[in-house]
Amino acid sequence: MSVLSVLVVDDHAMFRTGVRAELERLGSGRVEVVGEAEDVDSAVEAIAALRPDVVLLDVHLPGGGGTEILRRVGTSSTFLALSVSDAAEDVIGVIRSGARGYVTKNISAEELLDAIDRVAGGDAVFSPRLAGFVLDAFAGTIEIAQVDEDLDRLTDREREVMRLIARGYAYKEVAKELFISVKTVETHVSSVLRKLQLSSRHELTRWASDRRLI
Amino acid sequence: MTTAANDAPGRTGPGAYRRAYRPADRRIVAGVSAGLAEHLRLPVVWVRVGFVIATFIHGAGVLGYLLLWWFLPLQAPQDSPGLASAHRRGLRSGSRGPSRREIVQSAAIGAIGLGVLGLMALTGGWLQGWMLPLLLVVTGIAVVWRMFDDATWNAWLRQTEGPAYVARLLVGVTLIGLGAIYVLTVNRGWSAAVDFGSALVIALAGIGLILGPWILGLWTDLGRERLERIRSQERADVAAHLHDSVLQTLALLQKNADDPGTVATLARRQERELRDWLYGRQGEVTTFAAALREMAGETEANHRIVVEVVTVGDAVLDDAVRALVAATGEAVVNAAKHSGAARVDVYAERVLGSDGARLEVFVRDRGTGFDPDAIAEDRLGIRNSIIGRAERHGGTARVRSTPDGGTEVALTMPVSGEKETS
Repeated sequence: MSVLSVLVVDDHAMFRTGVRAELERLGSGRVEVVGEAEDVDSAVEAIAALRPDVVLLDVHLPGGGGTEILRRVGTSSTFLALSVSDAAEDVIGVIRSGARGYVTKNISAEELLDAIDRVAGGDAVFSPRLAGFVLDAFAGTIEIAQVDEDLDRLTDREREVMRLIARGYAYKEVAKELFISVKTVETHVSSVLRKLQLSSRHELTRWASDRRLI
Repeated sequence: MTTAANDAPGRTGPGAYRRAYRPADRRIVAGVSAGLAEHLRLPVVWVRVGFVIATFIHGAGVLGYLLLWWFLPLQAPQDSPGLASAHRRGLRSGSRGPSRREIVQSAAIGAIGLGVLGLMALTGGWLQGWMLPLLLVVTGIAVVWRMFDDATWNAWLRQTEGPAYVARLLVGVTLIGLGAIYVLTVNRGWSAAVDFGSALVIALAGIGLILGPWILGLWTDLGRERLERIRSQERADVAAHLHDSVLQTLALLQKNADDPGTVATLARRQERELRDWLYGRQGEVTTFAAALREMAGETEANHRIVVEVVTVGDAVLDDAVRALVAATGEAVVNAAKHSGAARVDVYAERVLGSDGARLEVFVRDRGTGFDPDAIAEDRLGIRNSIIGRAERHGGTARVRSTPDGGTEVALTMPVSGEKETS
């Protein structure tokens, strides 16, 4: 496997140092931290210059936060949100802007490495907490959802997968529980992510057309 | 008396311009004497005696005191934000302000002054008849002034809406009117009042034209100042919270650096507290999700295990839901005690089924596991506290465990359909 280049974007130097140290200690040969950035501007610059495979992205950043970076650079790199925030709006917001996954900052180094591998491979990474937020969003409890009824409703299977992830199951265990293959679980997870991001794009279109911008 | 206030702003450096002020924390009436004493580097008693003596010279002492009261800015003590906030919230003991001895002393000086004054009035000295009433009025105002503390007084004085303001306005206008009418009519009768009234209106209009912009600017400054004060108080509260919680925890962490278990527990507890504080989840626990989080926090603290709670939807906390929380707690404690796992996932969801809403809770660990059929009989924790408790309130509980595969306890409880809180 080739070495994945990683950019750490966080406004706390201590946290960047900690993540870098852990990734270098445990992930040598698998990942390489090619740079760090501390705010939106420096992150956009670093992404353009370094072209990292995976960007570890804090949700709260000076200059507009993680969503602002995603808005400015698009999804040329793969983004994994790594946040201490507990607010569903923050987390869902960065996912809907195009991040491929979300993990909390108290994640262990091994789990983080695993998550980096998975998003780099095109998979979506849902922590139990994010799965909970997603279920809440699609159930309409979180108001930002406003999910398009026809297109964006979760299928029963997707919902079931999300619930199991929220219950703390690993993909392998979800597959075993539902008598499906891990590949199928990944497909469901990716389609949930797509629906989340799609609904945000739909929302954006609606917002723009409502204001006669397009 | 303390001289600690030598580091007030604008007073540092040899050539610096020394500004006199009234120290808010050391005043008896208005702080003029204390401020002046500090400014002139004199003992405060001398200054007070000086004011009393000066009063005999055509009331210069009282007038001077009033003028200085008006012109000297009040200066609050410059504490660090955390300490200031602690004071404001009553978290610190120890009184500020002048000592009892000083108050008694000043009262004595004042009383002697009044006594001499009264004596002179009786013996028909230079004192005119109006001096004594004036002194009484000033003393009365001073007493009223001291009855309010700064915050109340400021808030009241600056209040510009509401019934209190209207009442104040009415009383003020009436008093001014009565005073003016009395002064004018006492010598020349009612016609003078009309003349004076029209003259006053014209004069006021002129003054308004001249001073209008200035007053407006002052008013804006006042608003800005108030905003700044609110902000700084907010900052102070944040600082105080950090001081009380985060700094303490960090100190404890340093002391226990060689005990990973304690460190982890402390860090988790601090994280949870900070989250609750940041996201405003403090206060009374009235919902299912909040109760679950509280339970998780207690178990984490008592059993040194990480409890991750994820909730979807919420419900009102009634007896059945309370029983569900208790059963969940028992399941988490079981996992902490017996599974050997470092972390327990708790997932709770409010599900809308065909037969109404129910709460589903899953408690999962990845510990050693056990065979539920083999030891269910003697595990009273599971039989009574989890399954029994759930069933007594109309719910169900199911324990699924495989050796080496961990344990999962699934609990369900029906809840009334319409009372969702989100």
